[in-house]
Amino acid sequence: MTHTSRFLLSAASGLALIAALPASAEEVITVASTTSTENSGLFGHILPLFQSETGIEVRVIAQGTGQALETGRRGDADVVFVHARAQEEAFVAEGYGVQRFDVMYNDFVIVGPSDDPAGLANAADAPAAMAAIAGAQAPFASRGDDSGTHSAEKRLWAAAGVEPGGAWYLSTGSGMGATLNTAAQVPAYALTDRGTWLSFQNRGPLTISFEGDPVLFNPYGIILVNPERHPHVKAEAGQAFIDWIVSEAGQNAIASYQVGGEQLFFPNAQ
Amino acid sequence: MDGPFATAITLIATADSALVQIIGLSLRVTLSAVVIACAVGLPLGAALALARFRGRGAVIVLFNALMGLPPVVAGLLVYLLLSRSGPLGSLALLFTPTAMIIAQTVLILPIVVSLTRSVVEDLWGEYREQLTSLGASRWRAVPTLLWDGRVSLLTGVLAGFGRASAEVGAVLIVGGNIAGHTRTMTTAITLETSRGNLGLAVALGLILMALTLSLNAVAWGAGQWAKGRLG
Repeated sequence: MTHTSRFLLSAASGLALIAALPASAEEVITVASTTSTENSGLFGHILPLFQSETGIEVRVIAQGTGQALETGRRGDADVVFVHARAQEEAFVAEGYGVQRFDVMYNDFVIVGPSDDPAGLANAADAPAAMAAIAGAQAPFASRGDDSGTHSAEKRLWAAAGVEPGGAWYLSTGSGMGATLNTAAQVPAYALTDRGTWLSFQNRGPLTISFEGDPVLFNPYGIILVNPERHPHVKAEAGQAFIDWIVSEAGQNAIASYQVGGEQLFFPNAQ
Repeated sequence: MDGPFATAITLIATADSALVQIIGLSLRVTLSAVVIACAVGLPLGAALALARFRGRGAVIVLFNALMGLPPVVAGLLVYLLLSRSGPLGSLALLFTPTAMIIAQTVLILPIVVSLTRSVVEDLWGEYREQLTSLGASRWRAVPTLLWDGRVSLLTGVLAGFGRASAEVGAVLIVGGNIAGHTRTMTTAITLETSRGNLGLAVALGLILMALTLSLNAVAWGAGQWAKGRLG
């Protein structure tokens, strides 16, 4: 073989390699999700499993549920994976999403100063706990950002018959972690998902003040952004991700994620 | 618990792969933005210094004011521009490093333009007669003036680099802080703070400061060398 032909051959095989690489590496989808799934480390645990099975890379943008749905509405994500059922159903009803699938749930807990100034330990249920905070005018740090957690908080205030406001009610307008950082400093009560709480490192005097009421159930849903509205949506790869996450493999991956020996999310796909 | 210093040193010593990737992306984005802003801003600033036209004062005031453009506003504008529902949506640039480069260029271009304008205007006032007596026209004098002002201009470029490497509002909005793709030093610091990992957040901050310090030291050294050698 001459030098020239050998060179051409190696160049050709090099090109073939370059051409072959993107086929697996180029498949990329964007998922708009919430800070609770990203900050708790869940995606870091399950996405490598999905990628090794399918070759599809998932890029996650962690936002509040309100912002994540807006990202989907604008067509800037292929899939949304959030936790505010009413807003998710509206998203599908308005034609921005194809269909909502149940994926998993965790629960909300009310955290607060360990000396429990509002006496939440004696509350009968979650609305009673919220009413106790308002009654004692104990500081409460709210997300105030239309996130799924903020929606849940507003539902609880409504159930308690309280219109929150006043110097004790701190609307931080920021993410779960930033709100917990604020609550730890004041110190104040705050509503948080258990996943973020368990992986949160800067607790200060905070501890779980109230937990276990079924109304604190926090379900997550996943929705493909409607390709009829946004034709560039990677419907096939996006649907592959949804199919995987509700499959046995995906559900097992979710169930196996633990922080400090505790399971954070409980799969509940139908 | 280990202090932030120890954490920073461990991260650097072990060449933590995620960290190396984040530093690489931060430098790539910020340096690209600086290069583009200089390529556009130096000639534009010089032109603004020498040209005489109606509304020149207003343009100068506008560029000076834009030096104070809040990063989050710049980010929002670029976001609306690049969003799939925006005018440039078909380019599919949102949530990519390119989008971050665009946003940072928008942030530092006014600094480069305003500073160049001011430096060149002063030098032109000083050397005008000399340069015109040598037969150089107003426009032919631009390269000479820029070269003469290089030390002052370098300070402006470094100020631009500092603004870009330190900001988080714009890159967070247009980049999305995607792990392994658009996560920079500053967005990683924001994320670790929100996870309550304050030690790690401070460690990342120390590394970012060390990087900025080294880059400024190199630039200052280069400036001194150029002064002694060529000045």
